Amino acid sequence: MVDPKTVLWGQTIAYTCYCLAIMALVAWFAFKVTRKANEKPFNSAIFYAFFAFLVVLGVSLHIVTHETIPWKAMDLGRAKIAADREFEIAIAGHEFKLPAEKIVIKKGEIVRFTVTSADLTYGFGLFRPDSSMLFQMQVLPGHTNDILWRFDRTGLYTIRSTEYSGWKGIRMTLPDAVKVVD
Amino acid sequence: MRFIETLIQGEQGLFKPGSLTPMQKMTLRFVVVGLVYYAFAVIEGMIMRVYEVVHLPFVTEEQFYAILTAHPLVGIFGSTYSIVFGAFLFLVPFLMKKPLWSLKLGSWTFGLVAGGTFVFWFAGFVSHYSPLYTLYWPLPADFGQFSAVGGAFFIAGIALVMAGAALFVINVFKTITYTPPGWDRQPGGRLLASALGLSGLRNLFRKDKKEHLVSLPVAAIARGTVDMALNTTVILFAGVLILVYMVAHLLGFDLRHSAVDALLYKNLYWWGLDLIADGLVLIFVAGTWYLLATMITGKKLYMENIARAALFVELVVSWTVWSHHLMSDQAQPGILKIVSGEMVTAFELITQGLAFAITLITLWSARPLKMSHPLKFLLGGLLGFALAVPAGIMQADLGLNRILHNTQWVVGPHVHVAILVGLTMTLYAAIYLLLPVLTNGAKLWSDKLANVHFWCHLLGGIGMGAFMGMAGLQGMLRRTLYFEGEFNVYMILAALSGALLLVAFLAFFLNIVMTVGVRGVIGIFLPAKLKTKDLLPAGK
Repeated sequence: MVDPKTVLWGQTIAYTCYCLAIMALVAWFAFKVTRKANEKPFNSAIFYAFFAFLVVLGVSLHIVTHETIPWKAMDLGRAKIAADREFEIAIAGHEFKLPAEKIVIKKGEIVRFTVTSADLTYGFGLFRPDSSMLFQMQVLPGHTNDILWRFDRTGLYTIRSTEYSGWKGIRMTLPDAVKVVD
Repeated sequence: MRFIETLIQGEQGLFKPGSLTPMQKMTLRFVVVGLVYYAFAVIEGMIMRVYEVVHLPFVTEEQFYAILTAHPLVGIFGSTYSIVFGAFLFLVPFLMKKPLWSLKLGSWTFGLVAGGTFVFWFAGFVSHYSPLYTLYWPLPADFGQFSAVGGAFFIAGIALVMAGAALFVINVFKTITYTPPGWDRQPGGRLLASALGLSGLRNLFRKDKKEHLVSLPVAAIARGTVDMALNTTVILFAGVLILVYMVAHLLGFDLRHSAVDALLYKNLYWWGLDLIADGLVLIFVAGTWYLLATMITGKKLYMENIARAALFVELVVSWTVWSHHLMSDQAQPGILKIVSGEMVTAFELITQGLAFAITLITLWSARPLKMSHPLKFLLGGLLGFALAVPAGIMQADLGLNRILHNTQWVVGPHVHVAILVGLTMTLYAAIYLLLPVLTNGAKLWSDKLANVHFWCHLLGGIGMGAFMGMAGLQGMLRRTLYFEGEFNVYMILAALSGALLLVAFLAFFLNIVMTVGVRGVIGIFLPAKLKTKDLLPAGK
């Protein structure tokens, strides 16, 4: 499965290029709009072409990500996908309760995390040692909150609540709580 | 000596508060209070920016989150609502060439928004009530962390602001439809249909097109005001629910939190709250762009019928778009995530893109234009939304949301760039443009300071959003404190950008005070000498 870091790099490059282009366009416009114009009216074909471009972009973006980001389709169809391993995690009083001191996963396994909350809305996310995020989800009380993930790389991951649950919850981290081994 | 004299009397003594009509005074009061609350939000923002780098010893973690709770609410309700309400209560009658329906109601709106904002800000300051603006159930009723008394005052303050918003809604629609004394009877129903876009919609299927009865900016204000009516109702409902739990707790009864379904509540609350972020803000901003473009150029708007249609689409989109806030909620039905979260949200790319293009083409058609302050701030506002809307569309994707939700990406390149660069620069453009009209010819003290204001605000806003976004892409969460300096490089750069925003505001503040003078500012808050319902004094 493609690594989220790769996806984020792609996004960074695409969005940076876009930002530079749109800033250059507005700067060019600001320069030209103060200069004398020729008499020709604005070509409405350009306007309609831009309209069509927006429609195509709006429609195609999510289709492209559906076909290229593997966890998107997996998430939508997760009820029908069998996991290699399942873990149930409970949260209450701003504390995670894991099924074991460490969660150990074999590389290549599809894992289902089911997280429940006894009181507040929390978050559940896995983070690499450099603090970058692998994935996250919201954890709502009174509901089943589950996520499927395929672990294709070995490593240690920290569990962190990714949602604010009051000032008492700001240290809700379990360092190196998940270990992925060969 | 000359500086002191100008500070007291204003630039060349041109601003004379005694010459203002009651309508001008009311509008200027809204603007002054809006700018004071903007200063609150900037200072709070800077405290938090510094705190993200160095944990200041005199700010506790509880205080930090109380500031984080108050900051967006003061910014949106105290500042933006005040400036927008003031501007629109003036512009609707101005554009419709008739008096405001009720000046008294307008003054009540002013008092309720200004007073309500102070009440919730002060309650948060004293009690550290900090459930954030999201109010995820049951956090606002968690009395193990928060004081019920402080919370009750906080929620009551929000309710006062909502009451002010409700009066604004009534005043706008009554002004559009009513018949002033001594006038021929106005076609109220047809005016309302035109304002809401129904007659424009019928025009699309008619051979003999009927003329629009209200101008496009008024139509934009009316449609944004529909969203305001809906979000006011939802926020008031949530406030009453929370107050019930608080009052019960204070009386010694602890109601079960599970009596309210957290997911249903989150859907309802985000439906209402998103009518601000993805509804009235986008519609009001598009309407303001159109107004500014036509006032700056003196020309008709390019493709006006398409602009009207896009505003109507945006209104419908804003009612069905909320689910992009729940894409990481696994219990949320997948169909809602795809249809509402992804597909409908993508329409905002189209509607805002069209507004962007129509405004630019209208300006382009009037070349050569002088690069005035309103024009440069308008271009800044357009750029802000051109940067922020695509950032929002990206995070409203099921694949990307899994690794972007609740990171600094959301609040940096999307939220702060949209609000600070897009929305605020649009409002500044309107303020610079309307200043001579509202002050009966006051002259700006310094063009150089206005340029400092422009560049510092533009670079500070984009810079802060960019560095927060970079941290977000590296995994830095919003609403989270880090204790090992994990993201300090980005946070230092974001704080420096934030400092530029502060410099920009100080430059603007000094310029405005020197323009109208301290005596002028005081005069704005004294009762009007002119007794008239007209917007401007006779002869203006």
